[in-house]
Amino acid sequence: MSNTQIIADSFPALHQTIGDKRLVYLDSAATTQKPQCVIDAITSYYEHDNANIHRGVHTLSMRATKAYENARQSVASLLQASRKEEIIFVRGATEAINLVAQAFARPILSVGDEILITEMEHHSNIVPWQLVCEQTGASLKVAKVNDDGSLNIDSFKELLTKDTTIVAFAHVSNAIGTINPIREMCALAREVGAISVVDGAQAVGHIPVSMSDVDCDFYATSGHKMFGPTGIGCLYGKHALLEEMEPWQGGGDMILSVSFEETTWNNVPFKFEAGTPNIAGAIGLGAAVKWIESFGYDAMVQHEQELLAYGRDVLQSIEGVTLIGASEHNAGVIAFTVAGVHPHDVGTILDHEGVAIRTGNHCAEPLMRRFNLSATCRASISVYNTSKDLDHLGSAVQEAIRMLG
Amino acid sequence: MSDLRELYLEMVTDHAKNPRHRGKADPYDCIGTGNNPVCGDKVVVTVQLHNRTIESVKFDGEGCAISTASADLMAEVLIGKSVEEAKKIFKGFHELVTGEGTSDNLPNKLAVFSGVREFPMRVKCATLAWHTVIAALDGVEDVTTE
Ligand SMILES: Cc1ncc(COP(=O)(O)O)c(C=O)c1O
Repeated sequence: MSNTQIIADSFPALHQTIGDKRLVYLDSAATTQKPQCVIDAITSYYEHDNANIHRGVHTLSMRATKAYENARQSVASLLQASRKEEIIFVRGATEAINLVAQAFARPILSVGDEILITEMEHHSNIVPWQLVCEQTGASLKVAKVNDDGSLNIDSFKELLTKDTTIVAFAHVSNAIGTINPIREMCALAREVGAISVVDGAQAVGHIPVSMSDVDCDFYATSGHKMFGPTGIGCLYGKHALLEEMEPWQGGGDMILSVSFEETTWNNVPFKFEAGTPNIAGAIGLGAAVKWIESFGYDAMVQHEQELLAYGRDVLQSIEGVTLIGASEHNAGVIAFTVAGVHPHDVGTILDHEGVAIRTGNHCAEPLMRRFNLSATCRASISVYNTSKDLDHLGSAVQEAIRMLG
Repeated sequence: MSDLRELYLEMVTDHAKNPRHRGKADPYDCIGTGNNPVCGDKVVVTVQLHNRTIESVKFDGEGCAISTASADLMAEVLIGKSVEEAKKIFKGFHELVTGEGTSDNLPNKLAVFSGVREFPMRVKCATLAWHTVIAALDGVEDVTTE
């Protein structure tokens, strides 16, 4: 962890105090802080290259188009997609999943078809499927989660049948951090002829993610959870599937030619990027990808796993603290409750100690119900955190117990 | 920075830990359910009325210290009040916790929630039971005015 101070130094927002306490940011699962290079890339774009893309003949437009398309290439390389056309820029994981639900699933689903998800999904990987079920008459099936927070793979296999059309699941759970065996799950889906949709919002920027290795059909990400800006994310889709799909939204840039009699769609991925996109966001995301690559996933995984083990120890040694869903294959997310102190109160008291965590149901109400809870506290780790941060977390939790426990 | 001790006054933590009015009014004339999606809290408030006077208020459900204490002290101050008075007190209480008013014209005990104004994220906790009771009373009003 020797270079962690150097890392933390490149995230300007981390250098502040809350009241008179040093900020300890343990809410990266909600959104990560941004490195200076991402902030600079966005500023520089607006200061020097700002123009609309894909249509101008002038220099600025050409520069903006190049930067936007370079960002697509960077994301494609990071995700090990086979070609950059497989990367569609969207608003975030939510929009990516909705795009698949509406543009891919809706036209092919009918009564009798099944969509399989899991109990640990974020609402954004539940509600779009509920909507499409309502629209088509398909039904939703839900695979169980074990007590330790891991997926019950037997339940998953049992529910996977010849009627399963789509299987959608998180790579990493946002609420408890479980890392799912997605390669195996995608292979199982393929065996029954189902299409796999992976919600990767919590994976990219934490653990290596390779489309060629996982062999999923769709993969959704959010830029703001991987050191990039808000309002930008990606949908990866297998090229052949994207080619087959009808567009999702209509507008400029997604067409080759328009007349009142007939309109021809643009090629993939532009077919799915109607209107002026978030150009600055994509460029910022490209910078974030470069940052991730320069750091390297090996170092990232090692650092976060060390901190996860350390943080779990710190919390477990405090009487009254219970870890929730602490599975063996876990990303740097620690969910916990404190006996006698409601998570919301824990959150307020921790904030007073400068420690930022998230409390509540974490947009995963069904999972909370699965654990008979209405809310938990969640500390989530990123590369810029240190063991000192987790010590602060521990002492702040003790302060909460002193006050209200 | 705002002082935590202003938020978690002893009276607040005492009522949070040992609420006096938890349960269900039996029989009750109106019932309301309040949800705070931010923290997953849920409160069910039941009210027993005699004419238009509140005889008993009870609350049940799970909540943080602020929402539990607020529900409990709400029940305490509303007993014996008319429906109209209850609404007036709620208006004043809302102004108190959002920093738009003072506790001058409020039942004394509610002054312990003055500190909430420094914690905008907690206003919903402090007002959840109140919103719920007013909705419940409105339900009854609709019935009685028919
Ligand atoms: C697992 C998971 N999926 C999807 C999302 C939705 O991401 P966004 O709000 O960026 O669209 C989140 C964000 O919290 C998440 O954690």
